[in-house]
Amino acid sequence: MIGRRDAIAEILMDRPDNLLVISGLGSPTYDVAAAGDVAQNFYLWGAMGGAAAMGLGLAQARPDARVLVITGDGEMLMGLGSLATLGAKAPANLAILVIDNEAFGETGGQTSHTGKTTNLAAVALACGFRQVATAYKQADLAGVKQLVLEDAGPVLGVIKTGSDELPRVLPERDGHIIRNTFKTALANQQNGESK
Amino acid sequence: MKTQHFSFTADDWRAGIFAALKKQQVQQMAYVPDAGHASLISACYADGDIGCTVLTTEEEGVALLAGAELGGQRGVMLMQSSGVGNCVNMFSLLKSCGFPFVTLVTMRGEWGEFNPWQMPMGQATEETFRRSGFVVYRADTGEDAAAMTGSAMRLAYDSNCPVAVLLSQRLIGAKDF
Repeated sequence: MIGRRDAIAEILMDRPDNLLVISGLGSPTYDVAAAGDVAQNFYLWGAMGGAAAMGLGLAQARPDARVLVITGDGEMLMGLGSLATLGAKAPANLAILVIDNEAFGETGGQTSHTGKTTNLAAVALACGFRQVATAYKQADLAGVKQLVLEDAGPVLGVIKTGSDELPRVLPERDGHIIRNTFKTALANQQNGESK
Repeated sequence: MKTQHFSFTADDWRAGIFAALKKQQVQQMAYVPDAGHASLISACYADGDIGCTVLTTEEEGVALLAGAELGGQRGVMLMQSSGVGNCVNMFSLLKSCGFPFVTLVTMRGEWGEFNPWQMPMGQATEETFRRSGFVVYRADTGEDAAAMTGSAMRLAYDSNCPVAVLLSQRLIGAKDF
């Protein structure tokens, strides 16, 4: 069984300068923060179902950047329609990574649809995503990392993980601060490039 | 996707809305289609500088335009009043982070409505926006619609607030069946 926190740490290790990450509410936000609390992370603490669509808006605004949305199966299921929207727009610089524990972990671990019948990678493919990949074991992670960081989007990776509760790593919760930190980092990066 | 050349008919007041959006440098337009927005949607597609995104449900548009703003682009969402209720929890993203946001809403469920199923959301639209922290404008003339769109863009992107411009059913014309 793949450990979610180690897996996200591996995906984000030595992350490229142009990588922008949006994390879905709950454990994905803690996992992303634990891997490195940097200004190029936008942490969601709510807006359930909106992470992928938010990634699309950002990816369209910043074709020079790679946008990676890291979210959970419950959050992705709530925004299932946005996979159709992403497929139709086909942004080459957008990747979705679903940490799939097949459960609603924040609310008592109730089995989610991915623990029953839904295959999110297959849904994404059917919506027109260019490529998808699922990691079931540690050895599959390198392929998923390559997919979500480098391959032409839209792509969707799934990491099948356990439902163990890990210590919470809580980044900034004030949305105004998160937004300003992120935008300032983008502006500084742009200024740096134009010098 | 840029489509063929488009021009508004001489009596189409949506030309004024489009001009206001261009003047305010809108670069992303997200929409759930409505007949009342049809010519405006066509004009946006025909414009080389506006990226258009068709949504499966309106709440996607709220998140999408928040993402666009993070990346430095201005946006607008076009929808019908029946879609406003779909957005309610997603509006918390705007308030929680101070995102600017502008939506133009064609109204149903009011002036001369034929379909009773449009009434509940149509009648609750303005109150829903206000309770979600929006500034709400209501346009009954084409002239107002254009002026209010320009003002909404300035209010949103200069003063960081969400703004809704309601295009009244009297202005659009009640749908005939």
